[in-house]
Parts: sequence; C-alpha cells; structure tokens
Amino acid sequence: MKFAILVNEGPYQHQAADSAYQFAKAALEKGHEIFRIFFYHDGVNNATRLTIPPQDDRNVVERWTKLAQDHNLDLVVCIAAAQRRGLLDANEAKRNGKTADNIADGFRISGLGQLIEAGIQADRLVVFGD
Amino acid sequence: MEGVIKKFLYLNRKAPYGTIYALESLEVVLIGAAFDQDISLAFIDDGVYELKKDQKTTVNDGAGIKDFSKTYRALSGYDVEKLYVDKDSMEQRGLTEADLLVPVQVLDSAQMAELMGQQDVILSF
Repeated sequence: MKFAILVNEGPYQHQAADSAYQFAKAALEKGHEIFRIFFYHDGVNNATRLTIPPQDDRNVVERWTKLAQDHNLDLVVCIAAAQRRGLLDANEAKRNGKTADNIADGFRISGLGQLIEAGIQADRLVVFGD
Repeated sequence: MEGVIKKFLYLNRKAPYGTIYALESLEVVLIGAAFDQDISLAFIDDGVYELKKDQKTTVNDGAGIKDFSKTYRALSGYDVEKLYVDKDSMEQRGLTEADLLVPVQVLDSAQMAELMGQQDVILSF
C-alpha cells in the first residue's frame, strides 16, 4: 500500500510525532511505500536541526533524518506554517533577510499543495495530531 | 493520476481561537480548492464555534487577533459549498443554525459517520 502521513504536532510536547515515526518505520518494514510525510502546524518543529534533547532520550529530529536517508523518503515542511514558527532553509533565510537557517537534513520546505497532492496520490493518508 | 477526483473531508474539531488549528485548517482548504477535488467540511465538537456569527476578535474589539471567520463566507467562491455541522455538538453548546454565518447541513451522529465513511481522504484538525 502507498501511504502518505501528516504530522500536526511538534516533537516532545506531543506523542503524535513519535507515533507517526513508529507508524512510518513499521509500514516500511512491512514493505509498504510512503509517498510523502508532510509536517504542518507545530509539526514543522520536527524539522529543526537545533534541538538538543537529553542524551538518554530519543532524538526525534535525527531519527526522521535517518529514516529519510535509509528509505529515500520525501519529508516536506509547510512553508507558511514554518515561517510563522521560525523554521527556515538557507534560501528562505536569504529571501526574508534572516541571518540563520535551521532546517535539518532530509527535510525540504514547500507549499500546502504538496499535502493535497499526497492525499490524491496515496492510497491512504494517515493524520497524526492531537 | 491527472484527472483523479477524490472525496476530501476537512474535519474541524477545535475552537477558532486559543489555538491555531482552525485558521491553518482554513488555509489548507483554500489551497486545496485549486486541485478540483470533491471537498466537504465538517464541524464537530468545539469546531462548531468556528462558524459562529458576530465574532469580535480584533485589536479594537479586545483580543488582538485577526478575525478570519468571514473567510468561511467566501468559500462558496472557491466552489467549497458542502458544509456539515454535527447536531449534538451544536446543541450542547446552545447554538442553532441561526447562530451560524453560513448555510450548513446539520447531521446527526449516524449521518456524520456515514459522511466520513464515504470519504477517500479525511484531514482532521
């Protein structure tokens, strides 16, 4: 089956990001395809490379990056939600006159159309939120 | 997949202010309208407050937050015309259809379940 996943909550504060990761990992292990994982609302905070969780805790952001690299996943962060919350890639930082960017490897910033497209292309769109 | 038309349901469950879910859900609806899909919106739980008439939220009115409720009225201009409200959620909050700023269809919970069952994609906010 071809899945798309929507993550609507940020890391650590809510379990949704963990559940989405576990679901994606399990689906891939079972041989399913993941068309795209889209990050919206505070979910965009899953993509900041500046988190420093305690050493004895999971690293939510690095875990996404590794999963994306291992399985060639398309991790997309909503640009409007990201800009509200201070999540930028190098291009967006430059375009908006900001002095830093913070997007982690394996993520890309794009528009909400990518979410709708995922809903159209995938057999199932699974929402992880509150 | 060009030409594929799926049934999309936007499920709005949160009050319009206090959190950003309602506003950002509406942003998805507006973008999604350009994709020529079969779109419905449902309002349940505190989501029914999103459609309440006479919202006063701007700086002059006190709260200092943009009142985006008028956008629901503009949805028909985007060919988004199927709006459903959960009867129990509305009644539990002391609201009637006359309190809402757009025409809606009121569904009981069995009908709401049936509506959800007909969808290809449900985006829950």
